[in-house]
Amino acid sequence: MAGVSCRVWEQGAGEPAALLAGVGGLPRPTAFLDRLARTRRVIAPSLPGFPGSEAVGRLDDHLDWLLAARDLLDAAGAGGADLIGVSVGAALAADVAAVWPASVRRLALVSPLGLFDAADPTADLFAQRPGELAGLLCSDPAAWDAHVAAPESVDPVEWAVVQARAQEAAARLLWPVGDTRLARRLHRVEQSALLVFGGADRVLPAGYRQLWQRALPGAALQVIDGAGHQADLDAPAALAAVIDRFLDQPPAAADCGAGVVPAGR
Amino acid sequence: MNVLFFHLMPYAELPADFRATHPSIWVDVDSRLFDPVRGGAMYREYLDELEEAAALGFDGVCVNEHHSNGYGMMPSPNLMASVLARATTRGAVCVMGNAPALYDPPLRVAEEMAMLDCISGGRLIAGLPLGTPMDTCYAYGRNPGTLRDKYVEACELVVRAWQEPAPFAFAGRFYQHRYVNVWPRPIQQPRPPIWIPGGGAPETWRTCGERGYVYAALSYFGYQTARGVLKGYWAELARQGREPNPFQAGYLQLVGVAETKREALERYRAPAEYFYANCLHTDPRFAVPPGYATEASVRFRARQANPGNPVAQFTTAPTYEQILERGYLIVGTPDEVADRLRDIAVDLNVGQLMLLLHFGNMDRSLTGANTRLFAERVLPQLRDLFTDRWEDRWWPEAARRSEAARRPASGS
Repeated sequence: MAGVSCRVWEQGAGEPAALLAGVGGLPRPTAFLDRLARTRRVIAPSLPGFPGSEAVGRLDDHLDWLLAARDLLDAAGAGGADLIGVSVGAALAADVAAVWPASVRRLALVSPLGLFDAADPTADLFAQRPGELAGLLCSDPAAWDAHVAAPESVDPVEWAVVQARAQEAAARLLWPVGDTRLARRLHRVEQSALLVFGGADRVLPAGYRQLWQRALPGAALQVIDGAGHQADLDAPAALAAVIDRFLDQPPAAADCGAGVVPAGR
Repeated sequence: MNVLFFHLMPYAELPADFRATHPSIWVDVDSRLFDPVRGGAMYREYLDELEEAAALGFDGVCVNEHHSNGYGMMPSPNLMASVLARATTRGAVCVMGNAPALYDPPLRVAEEMAMLDCISGGRLIAGLPLGTPMDTCYAYGRNPGTLRDKYVEACELVVRAWQEPAPFAFAGRFYQHRYVNVWPRPIQQPRPPIWIPGGGAPETWRTCGERGYVYAALSYFGYQTARGVLKGYWAELARQGREPNPFQAGYLQLVGVAETKREALERYRAPAEYFYANCLHTDPRFAVPPGYATEASVRFRARQANPGNPVAQFTTAPTYEQILERGYLIVGTPDEVADRLRDIAVDLNVGQLMLLLHFGNMDRSLTGANTRLFAERVLPQLRDLFTDRWEDRWWPEAARRSEAARRPASGS
């Protein structure tokens, strides 16, 4: 995409659902992917700069990113499929759905970034002291540490570069405050939509649930009790179950109501 | 060798418990600590110190740019340089520098520096830094992933704006202009000397070699830190097949002089402790914005034994004994200091020596004494260094020592 070679993971069988991952991308397969793939064909393309893809290259502005996301989804065979986005991936997923409504069937946004309220700012993902990111992203910091740990077979120096690239890619898209001007475009979202938040998200203040609900008035809202920002790492089974319930309904009626579900593990 | 008097213009009245009670002097420094009336007095005092240094025979005076920073009160160094360009009649006026990617359009840098060159009678040294993470990415909100490429393009735009003989169009990746036409023009042709401060990025070494800029190793951590950085620089110049002309390299050093070693040790303890404990008290969360470091730098750091290295300097304040032992600050009698500086300059092969003779909360009287003693007793011992073998092509013609007597005084 945009001159950058990108990895696409595919798992499971059935209806296709694309996944744009969160902060750090997918450096390794996750329990969340496995759970989703039990009931559908999950297509997880890795955006430029994220693990499995080359460095971010010349994605300079938001239009560059948006086109890269759309083109990557199409190239991965996920055009017109259901689309799930987590955190940074959700910011782009919502944008793709808003700009090209026909390219996305149903939309599930988990801890979405992309909106910013100066009176109630999100945490600064990109200004953390060494070792503090894990606790910011996950209610169980060990879940994040395990997610990004270097596999034994990989040169740790090159792994550090992979991690740095992923951080840079998220920062490129979201610097300085994470406002991608998405608020101006969300009124174009026509699809059935689901909003999921971690009940213990330390990145997004609770006020962002209402912010998103006002921007997507038809969307269902679910809160996963005890889960942090990366709910896919903190509560993979509970999150997959919520998304399954949403996607198992016919598109027109897709709605899993509003409520709080326990995180489980 | 050229010796420049460098001033950071720190806020000198931070509370005694600043380090314990505040997370950072930079980016989110507590604005309630700034007393504007006292700040104004400090500005005037610091300008006096710079003017005195120029009058005492330092080869140049030097100011720099920081933002949201309690140890560097010059968000616009050009305002200070403008005063100095008018108030001094000899020596170089070094602006170290303007980070061009912070200005939109960066042509503002070309314009203001051309003004400074005109006002000073062609004595400007134009520093063009990338800028620190704190200044650029956090205080000014620049995207760390594109900052370096923007900086390179902004530098190209500024340099062309000085050099092109006619208005031109510029269609870059980040900046587009149908009409680039900087008015006024710099006195120095084709352009003022360009100096680039650096902390070890190989890209900057390469650029300085290829473009003929001075590379300046600016840190507050002395000779050992600069040594590794400058070693890489000279290796790169050798790789490019260029001669190791010491005047193409700069180095910053904190110095305190007194008549006796004992007196020197006593006098500079408090300001040194203030500087290293308070002025360099920066929250490590602002040290490594993702994408600011090149992948080459990320690899270099990952290979170090201690991956926490880049932020280690932020976590604990060194004691006065460590400050001296590690060479962050050199104190002594004039002869001791002169010997030490000559050794360092020869070993690092640097012909542009930038000195902090004011640091921390030094008062006017101590700074004046330090400056005068250095000018009278140390400076004469450094002047001849390198001049027998090397030509300095990175110094403003109008600021050369032999030129000073011939030029009419400006500002009258």
